Amino acid sequence: MSMIECRQMTKRFGDHTVLDRIDLTVDAGEVVVIVGASGSGKSTFLRCVNMLERIDEGDLLVDGKSVRQRSTNVRTLRLEAGMVFQQFNLFPHMTARQNVMLGPRKARGYSRAKAGEIADRLLERVGLVDRAGYFPDALSGGQQQRVAIARALAINPKLMMFDEPTSALDPELRGEVLEVMRGLAEEGMTMLIVTHEVHFALEAATRLLFMDDAHIVHDGDPREMFENPPSERFRDFLRHVRE
Amino acid sequence: MNFSWDVIWASVPQLLQGAELTAYITLLGIGGGMVIGTLSGLALAFQVPLLRWVLFVYVSVIRGTPIVVQAMFIYFAVPMIALGFGTQLTFSAFTAASVCLALNAGAYITEIIRGAVLSVNRGLIDAALALGLSRRQVLADVVGPIAFRRSVPPLGNQFIISLKDSALFIVIGVGELAQQGDRLVAETGRAIEVWTTVGVIYLAMTFTLAMIMKLIEKRMRIL
Repeated sequence: MSMIECRQMTKRFGDHTVLDRIDLTVDAGEVVVIVGASGSGKSTFLRCVNMLERIDEGDLLVDGKSVRQRSTNVRTLRLEAGMVFQQFNLFPHMTARQNVMLGPRKARGYSRAKAGEIADRLLERVGLVDRAGYFPDALSGGQQQRVAIARALAINPKLMMFDEPTSALDPELRGEVLEVMRGLAEEGMTMLIVTHEVHFALEAATRLLFMDDAHIVHDGDPREMFENPPSERFRDFLRHVRE
Repeated sequence: MNFSWDVIWASVPQLLQGAELTAYITLLGIGGGMVIGTLSGLALAFQVPLLRWVLFVYVSVIRGTPIVVQAMFIYFAVPMIALGFGTQLTFSAFTAASVCLALNAGAYITEIIRGAVLSVNRGLIDAALALGLSRRQVLADVVGPIAFRRSVPPLGNQFIISLKDSALFIVIGVGELAQQGDRLVAETGRAIEVWTTVGVIYLAMTFTLAMIMKLIEKRMRIL
Protein backbone atom coordinates (compact mmCIF):
# COMPACT_ATOMS: atom_id res chain seq x y z
CA MET A 1 0.00 0.00 0.00
CA SER A 2 1.26 3.48 -0.77
CA MET A 3 2.29 5.71 2.10
CA ILE A 4 0.80 8.84 0.59
CA GLU A 5 -1.81 9.14 -2.09
CA CYS A 6 -3.15 12.47 -3.35
CA ARG A 7 -6.12 12.56 -5.67
CA GLN A 8 -6.90 15.90 -7.23
CA MET A 9 -5.90 17.48 -3.92
CA THR A 10 -6.65 21.19 -3.80
CA LYS A 11 -5.88 23.74 -1.10
CA ARG A 12 -6.83 27.40 -1.17
CA PHE A 13 -6.12 30.34 1.09
CA GLY A 14 -9.01 32.66 0.29
CA ASP A 15 -8.94 33.29 -3.46
CA HIS A 16 -5.39 32.03 -3.76
CA THR A 17 -4.99 28.40 -4.84
CA VAL A 18 -1.85 27.03 -3.20
CA LEU A 19 -2.20 23.42 -4.34
CA ASP A 20 -4.12 22.84 -7.55
CA ARG A 21 -5.50 19.33 -8.18
CA ILE A 22 -2.37 17.49 -7.15
CA ASP A 23 -2.09 13.80 -8.03
CA LEU A 24 0.76 11.97 -6.35
CA THR A 25 1.61 8.57 -4.94
CA VAL A 26 4.54 7.99 -2.61
CA ASP A 27 5.45 4.42 -1.65
CA ALA A 28 7.07 3.23 1.55
CA GLY A 29 10.83 3.66 1.50
CA GLU A 30 10.91 6.48 -1.03
CA VAL A 31 13.02 9.54 -0.24
CA VAL A 32 11.26 12.37 -2.02
CA VAL A 33 12.86 15.79 -2.27
CA ILE A 34 10.53 18.62 -3.20
CA VAL A 35 12.01 21.77 -4.69
CA GLY A 36 10.49 24.93 -6.08
CA ALA A 37 10.37 28.67 -5.62
CA SER A 38 8.96 30.00 -2.36
CA GLY A 39 5.19 30.24 -2.50
CA SER A 40 4.93 27.29 -4.87
CA GLY A 41 3.02 25.23 -2.29
CA LYS A 42 5.77 22.91 -0.98
CA SER A 43 5.37 23.64 2.72
CA THR A 44 1.60 23.70 2.48
CA PHE A 45 1.75 20.25 0.93
CA LEU A 46 3.61 18.88 3.97
CA ARG A 47 1.24 20.64 6.36
CA CYS A 48 -1.75 19.05 4.61
CA VAL A 49 -0.28 15.56 5.14
CA ASN A 50 -0.16 16.28 8.87
CA MET A 51 -3.57 17.94 8.87
CA LEU A 52 -2.09 21.19 10.11
CA GLU A 53 -3.96 22.50 7.08
CA ARG A 54 -7.30 21.20 5.82
CA ILE A 55 -7.56 20.38 2.15
CA ASP A 56 -10.45 21.94 0.26
CA GLU A 57 -11.06 19.45 -2.55
CA GLY A 58 -9.95 16.04 -3.68
CA ASP A 59 -8.48 13.58 -1.24
CA LEU A 60 -5.27 12.78 0.58
CA LEU A 61 -4.61 9.34 2.04
CA VAL A 62 -1.84 8.77 4.55
CA ASP A 63 -1.10 5.07 5.00
CA GLY A 64 -4.52 4.35 3.59
CA LYS A 65 -6.40 6.75 5.87
CA SER A 66 -8.15 9.70 4.29
CA VAL A 67 -7.71 13.14 5.85
CA ARG A 68 -11.26 13.89 4.77
CA GLN A 69 -12.99 10.88 6.29
CA ARG A 70 -14.87 11.85 9.40
CA SER A 71 -13.93 8.58 11.05
CA THR A 72 -10.21 9.33 10.70
CA ASN A 73 -8.80 10.45 14.01
CA VAL A 74 -6.60 13.50 13.50
CA ARG A 75 -4.23 12.54 16.29
CA THR A 76 -3.82 8.96 15.07
CA LEU A 77 -3.03 10.27 11.62
CA ARG A 78 -0.45 12.71 12.95
CA LEU A 79 1.33 9.88 14.74
CA GLU A 80 2.00 8.35 11.31
CA ALA A 81 4.11 11.31 10.23
CA GLY A 82 6.93 13.04 12.09
CA MET A 83 7.56 16.66 11.17
CA VAL A 84 10.69 18.78 11.32
CA PHE A 85 10.34 22.55 10.91
CA GLN A 86 12.57 25.23 9.47
CA GLN A 87 12.62 27.12 12.78
CA PHE A 88 13.16 23.93 14.87
CA ASN A 89 10.28 24.91 17.17
CA LEU A 90 11.72 23.20 20.23
CA PHE A 91 9.74 23.83 23.40
CA PRO A 92 11.86 26.46 25.19
CA HIS A 93 10.75 25.49 28.70
CA MET A 94 11.88 21.89 28.35
CA THR A 95 15.33 20.31 28.15
CA ALA A 96 16.37 18.44 25.01
CA ARG A 97 15.41 15.17 26.69
CA GLN A 98 12.03 16.51 27.84
CA ASN A 99 11.35 17.76 24.31
CA VAL A 100 11.91 14.26 22.92
CA MET A 101 9.89 12.65 25.72
CA LEU A 102 6.77 14.76 25.24
CA GLY A 103 5.38 12.89 22.22
CA PRO A 104 5.84 9.39 23.67
CA ARG A 105 4.46 10.53 27.05
CA LYS A 106 1.43 12.48 25.92
CA ALA A 107 0.54 11.28 22.43
CA ARG A 108 1.51 7.62 22.89
CA GLY A 109 0.66 7.50 26.59
CA TYR A 110 3.91 5.75 27.55
CA SER A 111 5.29 5.74 31.08
CA ARG A 112 7.93 8.27 32.05
CA ALA A 113 10.52 5.47 32.16
CA LYS A 114 9.70 4.17 28.71
CA ALA A 115 9.59 7.68 27.21
CA GLY A 116 12.95 8.37 28.84
CA GLU A 117 14.46 5.26 27.26
CA ILE A 118 13.17 6.32 23.85
CA ALA A 119 14.59 9.82 24.34
CA ASP A 120 18.01 8.53 25.39
CA ARG A 121 18.18 6.15 22.44
CA LEU A 122 17.21 8.86 19.93
CA LEU A 123 19.47 11.53 21.39
CA GLU A 124 22.29 9.03 21.12
CA ARG A 125 21.38 8.45 17.52
CA VAL A 126 21.54 12.16 16.64
CA GLY A 127 24.79 12.43 18.61
CA LEU A 128 23.50 14.61 21.44
CA VAL A 129 23.36 12.31 24.42
CA ASP A 130 25.72 14.65 26.28
CA ARG A 131 23.33 17.57 25.70
CA ALA A 132 20.21 15.81 27.04
CA GLY A 133 19.85 18.13 30.02
CA TYR A 134 20.39 21.35 28.06
CA PHE A 135 17.63 23.82 27.32
CA PRO A 136 17.20 24.78 23.65
CA ASP A 137 18.64 28.27 24.14
CA ALA A 138 21.92 26.69 25.22
CA LEU A 139 22.19 24.64 22.01
CA SER A 140 23.48 25.69 18.58
CA GLY A 141 21.05 25.79 15.66
CA GLY A 142 22.38 22.52 14.29
CA GLN A 143 22.03 20.84 17.68
CA GLN A 144 18.50 22.20 18.08
CA GLN A 145 17.49 20.81 14.72
CA ARG A 146 18.95 17.40 15.59
CA VAL A 147 16.95 17.40 18.83
CA ALA A 148 13.89 18.32 16.74
CA ILE A 149 14.55 15.32 14.48
CA ALA A 150 14.85 13.07 17.55
CA ARG A 151 11.61 14.53 18.89
CA ALA A 152 9.79 13.79 15.62
CA LEU A 153 11.17 10.23 15.52
CA ALA A 154 10.12 9.60 19.11
CA ILE A 155 6.47 9.00 18.23
CA ASN A 156 7.71 6.20 15.95
CA PRO A 157 6.24 7.56 12.70
CA LYS A 158 6.11 5.64 9.44
CA LEU A 159 6.97 8.76 7.50
CA MET A 160 9.22 11.74 8.18
CA MET A 161 8.64 15.20 6.75
CA PHE A 162 11.22 17.97 6.69
CA ASP A 163 10.24 21.54 5.89
CA GLU A 164 13.44 23.33 4.85
CA PRO A 165 15.34 21.81 7.77
CA THR A 166 18.62 23.59 7.05
CA SER A 167 17.41 26.96 5.76
CA ALA A 168 17.67 28.68 9.14
CA LEU A 169 21.16 27.33 9.77
CA ASP A 170 24.59 28.79 9.12
CA PRO A 171 26.30 26.88 6.29
CA GLU A 172 28.81 25.22 8.63
CA LEU A 173 26.01 23.76 10.77
CA ARG A 174 24.04 22.24 7.91
CA GLY A 175 26.23 19.19 7.47
CA GLU A 176 25.44 17.66 10.86
CA VAL A 177 21.70 17.86 10.20
CA LEU A 178 21.96 16.50 6.67
CA GLU A 179 24.05 13.64 7.96
CA VAL A 180 21.33 12.57 10.39
CA MET A 181 18.82 12.77 7.54
CA ARG A 182 21.08 10.73 5.26
CA GLY A 183 21.28 8.04 7.95
CA LEU A 184 17.49 7.88 8.13
CA ALA A 185 17.24 7.58 4.35
CA GLU A 186 19.75 4.72 4.34
CA GLU A 187 17.71 2.88 6.94
CA GLY A 188 14.74 2.94 4.60
CA MET A 189 12.62 5.62 6.28
CA THR A 190 10.00 7.11 3.98
CA MET A 191 10.83 10.79 3.72
CA LEU A 192 9.32 13.94 2.24
CA ILE A 193 11.84 16.74 2.22
CA VAL A 194 11.37 20.33 1.15
CA THR A 195 14.84 21.75 0.69
CA HIS A 196 17.19 23.78 -1.47
CA GLU A 197 20.12 21.43 -0.74
CA VAL A 198 20.85 20.22 -4.24
CA HIS A 199 23.72 17.99 -3.16
CA PHE A 200 21.57 16.23 -0.62
CA ALA A 201 18.92 15.63 -3.28
CA LEU A 202 21.52 14.12 -5.59
CA GLU A 203 23.04 11.86 -2.97
CA ALA A 204 20.11 10.73 -0.86
CA ALA A 205 16.87 11.24 -2.75
CA THR A 206 15.22 8.53 -4.81
CA ARG A 207 12.82 10.98 -6.36
CA LEU A 208 12.65 14.67 -7.10
CA LEU A 209 9.53 16.80 -7.43
CA PHE A 210 9.63 20.29 -8.85
CA MET A 211 6.71 22.44 -7.81
CA ASP A 212 5.73 25.65 -9.50
CA ASP A 213 2.61 27.74 -9.06
CA ALA A 214 0.54 25.16 -7.12
CA HIS A 215 1.41 22.26 -9.46
CA ILE A 216 3.91 19.43 -9.49
CA VAL A 217 5.58 20.25 -12.80
CA HIS A 218 8.25 17.56 -12.86
CA ASP A 219 8.52 14.24 -11.08
CA GLY A 220 11.54 12.05 -11.73
CA ASP A 221 14.96 10.69 -10.87
CA PRO A 222 17.14 13.41 -9.28
CA ARG A 223 20.32 12.64 -11.27
CA GLU A 224 18.50 12.55 -14.57
CA MET A 225 16.68 15.78 -13.84
CA PHE A 226 19.86 17.59 -12.86
CA GLU A 227 21.76 16.34 -15.91
CA ASN A 228 18.97 17.01 -18.36
CA PRO A 229 16.69 19.69 -16.92
CA PRO A 230 13.32 18.92 -18.45
CA SER A 231 12.26 22.55 -18.83
CA GLU A 232 13.59 26.06 -19.07
CA ARG A 233 11.79 26.89 -15.81
CA PHE A 234 13.59 24.12 -13.94
CA ARG A 235 16.92 25.07 -15.51
CA ASP A 236 16.41 28.64 -14.25
CA PHE A 237 15.56 27.34 -10.81
CA LEU A 238 18.69 25.20 -10.64
CA ARG A 239 20.89 28.08 -11.73
CA HIS A 240 19.30 30.23 -9.05
CA VAL A 241 19.77 27.69 -6.24
CA ARG A 242 23.35 26.85 -7.15
CA GLU A 243 24.47 30.47 -6.99
CA MET B 1 8.35 72.01 62.71
CA ASN B 2 8.44 69.54 65.54
CA PHE B 3 8.83 65.89 64.72
CA SER B 4 7.91 63.39 67.39
CA TRP B 5 9.00 59.77 67.39
CA ASP B 6 6.59 59.15 70.24
CA VAL B 7 3.66 59.93 67.98
CA ILE B 8 4.95 57.38 65.51
CA TRP B 9 5.35 54.61 68.09
CA ALA B 10 1.91 55.38 69.47
CA SER B 11 0.27 55.17 66.07
CA VAL B 12 1.95 51.96 64.91
CA PRO B 13 -0.47 49.44 66.53
CA GLN B 14 -3.53 51.04 64.96
CA LEU B 15 -1.81 51.39 61.60
CA LEU B 16 -0.73 47.74 61.65
CA GLN B 17 -4.35 46.75 62.20
CA GLY B 18 -5.18 48.70 59.07
CA ALA B 19 -2.27 47.11 57.27
CA GLU B 20 -3.59 43.68 58.14
CA LEU B 21 -6.92 44.58 56.57
CA THR B 22 -5.12 45.97 53.52
CA ALA B 23 -3.22 42.68 53.21
CA TYR B 24 -6.44 40.61 53.37
CA ILE B 25 -8.25 42.78 50.84
CA THR B 26 -5.24 42.64 48.53
CA LEU B 27 -4.85 38.86 48.83
CA LEU B 28 -8.54 38.26 48.15
CA GLY B 29 -8.46 40.85 45.37
CA ILE B 30 -5.51 39.46 43.48
CA GLY B 31 -6.57 35.86 44.18
CA GLY B 32 -10.03 36.49 42.77
CA GLY B 33 -8.52 38.63 40.02
CA MET B 34 -6.24 35.76 38.98
CA VAL B 35 -9.17 33.35 38.71
CA ILE B 36 -11.28 35.84 36.73
CA GLY B 37 -8.34 37.04 34.64
CA THR B 38 -6.98 33.60 33.77
CA LEU B 39 -10.34 32.27 32.65
CA SER B 40 -11.32 35.40 30.72
CA GLY B 41 -7.85 35.81 29.24
CA LEU B 42 -7.96 32.25 27.89
CA ALA B 43 -11.50 32.76 26.61
CA LEU B 44 -10.37 35.88 24.75
CA ALA B 45 -7.20 34.31 23.38
CA PHE B 46 -9.16 31.35 22.04
CA GLN B 47 -11.98 33.59 20.84
CA VAL B 48 -14.82 31.77 22.57
CA PRO B 49 -17.87 33.07 20.59
CA LEU B 50 -20.44 35.09 22.64
CA LEU B 51 -18.21 35.19 25.73
CA ARG B 52 -15.68 37.43 23.97
CA TRP B 53 -18.28 40.18 23.66
CA VAL B 54 -19.27 39.90 27.29
CA LEU B 55 -15.60 40.07 28.28
CA PHE B 56 -14.94 42.96 25.93
CA VAL B 57 -17.66 44.94 27.75
CA TYR B 58 -16.33 43.87 31.17
CA VAL B 59 -12.74 44.89 30.42
CA SER B 60 -13.84 48.16 28.79
CA VAL B 61 -16.05 49.17 31.70
CA ILE B 62 -13.45 48.39 34.37
CA ARG B 63 -10.56 49.98 32.52
CA GLY B 64 -12.67 52.95 31.55
CA THR B 65 -13.90 53.95 35.02
CA PRO B 66 -12.03 54.98 38.20
CA ILE B 67 -11.77 52.36 40.92
CA VAL B 68 -13.27 54.86 43.38
CA VAL B 69 -16.44 54.95 41.30
CA GLN B 70 -16.45 51.16 41.06
CA ALA B 71 -16.18 50.85 44.86
CA MET B 72 -18.97 53.37 45.44
CA PHE B 73 -21.14 51.61 42.89
CA ILE B 74 -20.68 48.17 44.42
CA TYR B 75 -21.12 49.30 48.03
CA PHE B 76 -23.92 51.84 47.66
CA ALA B 77 -25.64 51.30 44.30
CA VAL B 78 -25.72 47.52 44.01
CA PRO B 79 -27.80 46.98 47.20
CA MET B 80 -30.28 49.61 45.99
CA ILE B 81 -30.53 47.94 42.60
CA ALA B 82 -31.09 44.60 44.34
CA LEU B 83 -33.79 46.21 46.44
CA GLY B 84 -35.43 47.44 43.25
CA PHE B 85 -35.66 43.81 42.18
CA GLY B 86 -37.16 42.93 45.55
CA THR B 87 -34.05 41.35 47.10
CA GLN B 88 -32.45 42.39 50.34
CA LEU B 89 -28.71 42.37 49.69
CA THR B 90 -26.40 43.24 52.55
CA PHE B 91 -22.64 42.93 52.65
CA SER B 92 -19.82 44.55 54.61
CA ALA B 93 -17.51 47.23 53.30
CA PHE B 94 -14.75 44.62 53.51
CA THR B 95 -16.64 42.30 51.16
CA ALA B 96 -17.38 45.17 48.80
CA ALA B 97 -13.72 46.17 48.77
CA SER B 98 -12.47 42.62 48.11
CA VAL B 99 -14.99 42.02 45.33
CA CYS B 100 -14.24 45.40 43.81
CA LEU B 101 -10.50 44.78 43.80
CA ALA B 102 -10.96 41.28 42.34
CA LEU B 103 -13.16 42.62 39.53
CA ASN B 104 -10.74 45.48 38.91
CA ALA B 105 -7.56 43.38 38.92
CA GLY B 106 -9.38 40.68 36.95
CA ALA B 107 -9.89 43.02 34.00
CA TYR B 108 -6.23 43.95 33.80
CA ILE B 109 -5.09 40.37 34.36
CA THR B 110 -7.42 39.30 31.54
CA GLU B 111 -5.37 41.44 29.18
CA ILE B 112 -2.07 40.19 30.63
CA ILE B 113 -3.05 36.53 30.18
CA ARG B 114 -4.54 37.12 26.73
CA GLY B 115 -1.36 38.83 25.58
CA ALA B 116 0.89 36.14 27.07
CA VAL B 117 -1.06 33.33 25.39
CA LEU B 118 -1.04 35.12 22.03
CA SER B 119 2.69 35.73 22.33
CA VAL B 120 3.40 31.99 22.19
CA ASN B 121 4.90 31.27 18.79
CA ARG B 122 2.46 29.57 16.43
CA GLY B 123 5.27 27.24 15.35
CA LEU B 124 5.45 25.70 18.83
CA ILE B 125 1.74 24.92 18.69
CA ASP B 126 2.18 23.35 15.24
CA ALA B 127 5.10 21.28 16.55
CA ALA B 128 3.05 20.03 19.49
CA LEU B 129 0.04 19.23 17.30
CA ALA B 130 2.32 17.46 14.80
CA LEU B 131 3.48 15.19 17.64
CA GLY B 132 -0.10 14.04 18.02
CA LEU B 133 -0.98 15.98 21.18
CA SER B 134 -4.60 16.93 21.75
CA ARG B 135 -5.57 20.60 21.93
CA ARG B 136 -5.98 20.25 25.67
CA GLN B 137 -2.48 18.78 26.00
CA VAL B 138 -1.01 21.53 23.83
CA LEU B 139 -2.54 24.05 26.21
CA ALA B 140 -1.48 22.23 29.38
CA ASP B 141 2.05 21.25 28.37
CA VAL B 142 3.21 23.89 25.90
CA VAL B 143 1.14 27.08 25.65
CA GLY B 144 0.16 27.25 29.33
CA PRO B 145 3.63 26.96 30.89
CA ILE B 146 5.24 29.35 28.39
CA ALA B 147 2.44 31.91 28.68
CA PHE B 148 2.45 31.69 32.46
CA ARG B 149 6.19 32.32 32.65
CA ARG B 150 5.84 35.32 30.38
CA SER B 151 3.00 36.75 32.41
CA VAL B 152 4.89 36.73 35.72
CA PRO B 153 6.58 40.16 35.35
CA PRO B 154 3.41 42.05 34.29
CA LEU B 155 1.40 40.18 36.94
CA GLY B 156 3.82 41.35 39.62
CA ASN B 157 3.29 44.88 38.41
CA GLN B 158 -0.49 44.47 38.59
CA PHE B 159 -0.35 42.97 42.11
CA ILE B 160 1.54 46.02 43.36
CA ILE B 161 -0.92 48.38 41.67
CA SER B 162 -3.82 46.49 43.27
CA LEU B 163 -2.24 46.68 46.72
CA LYS B 164 -1.88 50.44 46.40
CA ASP B 165 -5.34 50.81 44.87
CA SER B 166 -6.80 49.30 48.03
CA ALA B 167 -6.05 52.67 49.70
CA LEU B 168 -8.89 54.12 47.63
CA PHE B 169 -11.39 52.02 49.60
CA ILE B 170 -11.10 54.80 52.15
CA VAL B 171 -14.19 56.13 50.32
CA ILE B 172 -16.35 53.25 51.53
CA GLY B 173 -14.87 53.21 55.01
CA VAL B 174 -13.34 49.74 55.26
CA GLY B 175 -10.80 50.82 57.83
CA GLU B 176 -7.74 49.69 55.92
CA LEU B 177 -4.32 51.27 56.30
CA ALA B 178 -4.98 54.59 54.57
CA GLN B 179 -8.16 55.14 56.52
CA GLN B 180 -6.49 54.35 59.82
CA GLY B 181 -3.90 56.97 58.93
CA ASP B 182 -6.62 59.46 58.13
CA ARG B 183 -8.35 58.80 61.48
CA LEU B 184 -5.12 59.20 63.41
CA VAL B 185 -4.33 62.50 61.73
CA ALA B 186 -7.82 63.73 62.57
CA GLU B 187 -7.32 62.73 66.22
CA THR B 188 -3.76 63.96 66.70
CA GLY B 189 -3.18 66.54 63.99
CA ARG B 190 0.22 64.91 63.38
CA ALA B 191 0.15 64.70 59.57
CA ILE B 192 3.89 64.42 59.03
CA GLU B 193 4.50 61.53 61.42
CA VAL B 194 1.38 59.56 60.56
CA TRP B 195 1.52 59.84 56.77
CA THR B 196 5.24 59.05 56.80
CA THR B 197 4.56 55.90 58.81
CA VAL B 198 1.67 54.95 56.55
CA GLY B 199 3.94 55.40 53.53
CA VAL B 200 6.68 53.28 55.06
CA ILE B 201 4.25 50.46 55.82
CA TYR B 202 2.89 50.52 52.24
CA LEU B 203 6.46 50.53 50.97
CA ALA B 204 7.32 47.52 53.12
CA MET B 205 4.31 45.63 51.76
CA THR B 206 4.92 46.45 48.09
CA PHE B 207 8.61 45.69 48.49
CA THR B 208 7.83 42.26 49.96
CA LEU B 209 5.44 41.56 47.09
CA ALA B 210 8.05 42.65 44.55
CA MET B 211 10.66 40.38 46.15
CA ILE B 212 8.29 37.41 46.04
CA MET B 213 7.64 38.01 42.33
CA LYS B 214 11.38 38.33 41.67
CA LEU B 215 11.92 35.00 43.37
CA ILE B 216 9.24 33.33 41.26
CA GLU B 217 10.76 34.89 38.14
CA LYS B 218 14.18 33.56 39.03
CA ARG B 219 12.95 30.06 39.72
CA MET B 220 10.93 29.87 36.52
CA ARG B 221 13.47 30.86 33.86
CA ILE B 222 11.37 33.54 32.18
CA LEU B 223 11.31 32.82 28.47
